[in-house]
Amino acid sequence: MTEQPENTRAEGSTADSRPSTEGTVLSVDGLTVIGRPSDVEIISDVSVSVNRGEILGLVGESGSGKTTLGLTLLRHLKRATEIVGGRVWVGRQDLASLSERQVRELRGRAVAYIPQSPASALNPALRLGDQLSEALHDPTLTRSEIADRVREVLREVALPDDHAFLRRYPHQLSGGQQQRVAIAMAFVGRPDLIVLDEPTTGLDVTTQAHVLETIRSMTREYGTAGVYISHDMAVVADLADDIAVMYRGELVEHGRADAVLSDPQHEYTRRLLMAVPLLRTSGHEEPPARDGEPLLRISGLSAGYGRTQVLEGIDLSVSPGECVALLGESGSGKTTLSRSVAGLHHQFAGGLVFDGQALATSSYRRTAEQRRRIQYVFQNPYEALNPRKRVRDQILGPYRHLVGRPDHPDLVVAQALERATLPASYGERFPEQLSGGERQRVCIARAVATRPDLLVCDEITSALDVSVQAEIVKLLRSLQDDGMALLFVTHNIALVSNIADRVAILNQGEIVEYGTVGQVMSAPEHEYTRALIADTPDFELSFPGAPERLGLGLEQEGRGVDSGA
Amino acid sequence: MSGPSTSTTPTAPVRRRTGLFRTAWRFGRTKVGVALAGLIVLIAVVGPFVAPYTPTEFVARPFESGADGTLFGGDNRGRDVLTRFLWGGWTLLLLAGASAGLGVAAGTVIGIIAGYRRGWVDDVLMRTNDVLLAFPQLIAALLVMSIIGPKVWLIVAVIAVSHMPRVARVIREATRKVIEQDYVKAAEAIGLPRGRIMAVEILPNVTSPLLVELGLRLTYSIGVVAVLGFLGMGLQPPTADWGLMINENRQAMAVQPWAVALPVTAIAILTVGANLITDGLSRAAIGIDRGVEK
Repeated sequence: MTEQPENTRAEGSTADSRPSTEGTVLSVDGLTVIGRPSDVEIISDVSVSVNRGEILGLVGESGSGKTTLGLTLLRHLKRATEIVGGRVWVGRQDLASLSERQVRELRGRAVAYIPQSPASALNPALRLGDQLSEALHDPTLTRSEIADRVREVLREVALPDDHAFLRRYPHQLSGGQQQRVAIAMAFVGRPDLIVLDEPTTGLDVTTQAHVLETIRSMTREYGTAGVYISHDMAVVADLADDIAVMYRGELVEHGRADAVLSDPQHEYTRRLLMAVPLLRTSGHEEPPARDGEPLLRISGLSAGYGRTQVLEGIDLSVSPGECVALLGESGSGKTTLSRSVAGLHHQFAGGLVFDGQALATSSYRRTAEQRRRIQYVFQNPYEALNPRKRVRDQILGPYRHLVGRPDHPDLVVAQALERATLPASYGERFPEQLSGGERQRVCIARAVATRPDLLVCDEITSALDVSVQAEIVKLLRSLQDDGMALLFVTHNIALVSNIADRVAILNQGEIVEYGTVGQVMSAPEHEYTRALIADTPDFELSFPGAPERLGLGLEQEGRGVDSGA
Repeated sequence: MSGPSTSTTPTAPVRRRTGLFRTAWRFGRTKVGVALAGLIVLIAVVGPFVAPYTPTEFVARPFESGADGTLFGGDNRGRDVLTRFLWGGWTLLLLAGASAGLGVAAGTVIGIIAGYRRGWVDDVLMRTNDVLLAFPQLIAALLVMSIIGPKVWLIVAVIAVSHMPRVARVIREATRKVIEQDYVKAAEAIGLPRGRIMAVEILPNVTSPLLVELGLRLTYSIGVVAVLGFLGMGLQPPTADWGLMINENRQAMAVQPWAVALPVTAIAILTVGANLITDGLSRAAIGIDRGVEK
């Protein structure tokens, strides 16, 4: 580590904080964690501190060591990792000096943890009441005291506290409710420190706004120190008092939130900040009027699973070279719609016309030409590639099937990879040798290899880091410039405001608003759209040298986004 | 998806994940298993070439131990025990290998089809499987043998059929996990024929449970073939066969123990060895499925 920016601007706590400093709940001093057997430093010489009632935002991309750091605060080490240097103080306790038994007592009381996915963190076989009482694990309390405390904490996270609710199982709750139960579990023991590992990543913006508000008020009220781990600068900017930026295991920047946001010192922080898609509510260019028959016309489409109706009366059209965004929260039916277009969801009725010809419900009953011209990119790049096939074969498989045996297979692979901005040498790799962003590029390369006219993108950036998202969006824009039409399905309204020509807002299976992106963003007519815009974390770049992003045209926007690539 | 500690340094050279075999080899039990099973296979394969006599040659009096020119004496007819032992292994291995291979292959095909096609295909295949599963393996074999008579192809067929539903169940479950993955949907979206999807997208991704099943079924096959031989429903005299040897010589076990001890020990070692290998493979497969090293 060449520079120590974390000491330069830390306010409210001294840099080499000892536990004696009043108000400091957590102090980490020169922590180094290595992975066995390669002895790679996962965290190198990290020092941070958090005061009572404040939240530290720990930002970094996947693999930067932020989760490892978060778990170390509970003295939990992942398999084959080891602390080789530094100290962690929680309150007045040095974690390294504790016995196994003391660590167990520490967890849940002094330090609590809120995991990323509440669905997998809650025990599906335990009723909520049992689960919450278990989290309290304090033998000095009587039954009724425990029950009172559980009810109290449930009220605080704005959940019902009646008997019927306590007898429910986790699967009977929505994702947002589950996450609030996880928060209640963390706060039930009145911890000094709470570690939040991307607790809102899987949630819709509206739910995310509620959960963030709950976390903030709870930390203030209890005087708990929070460590909020995230890859999303927009969320952290909204919530944190201090921000620490991690990059490849090192702390590259640490300071008060407003200072970091307005005057980032490190190049990487700037890149992270600029990668955040900003919600643009004005300054959209009017997309050129498209005349003639649209490439894809959906009219009066309704779809469902069994007897459940998911979509009702959908009308939508995509013209050649146009990007139409389909915006909706989880459960709004947007994936069902995109899968119907791709021929993967068969149970639908209504008109689906592609280039003047009706599309059959099943991909197997469509012509090879139709299948070639409509390609689909999946949400999760970790599942969309066959782990047993080389990238080369992943790309050539669909090509051989839809276009025919190529004369120069190497050329086909190289061209497809090049369009997805990957070097041709990646053809020899297996998916597990690729990062998440690279995998998604391979998925795009596989889709564009057959030269389709319409690319259906189903939440293709939601499984990726914000910085990688920006690169993928840039890639999509360049494909669009080449004349490809995009049906872009997402729940991220900020992303939509930057990429789309036209937007359809989907709510509970119906399109509630449909128009050009400028219209919808600047003058939303439906209250649902207005709520979506209001719940998106507002975030503005204010540091000197940052591109003035508001009011710029779409083109410059794209250049600003990729400066870190 | 946040911060997997294993990929901290994006610049580090990317290494391909170690395969199932190599992971399994790291377990001590796998090495012991390979040594044990390898020893018996070696005896069975090389045996016929180094045997001092032909398997039907009379070289001693019945059950004579310590006759001249024999290491372990004579058997119930006065044939050389060592020679019969060296000759009797390969038939057992061949029958066991063939029936396990056929059974696993058939079970895999049925399991993948049932898991992928679902619906009525799944119901018909799996309910038929349940009917087959209702017959105990050995009883079913004995029943068929006593009706049709002991024939080599029949032994293989009966054991293979009895393996099939058990393998099919395991592979069907593995298939269901694989078809949830988007790469299968991606293949469907481009209209790849169902058969190709099963062969190219699904089969390579169920190899871990498949190998474990193969090892397990091989172990069972060895047992069943040996038992059938012992019960007289397997290979017929005068063929040299370990199972048959145990049966033929058991009356004189006190007088001439070698004629029973040698094949019994060999079958025991082979079974233990095959079991250890299977165990190593399944441990490796679990590790790989969880995505953890070691």
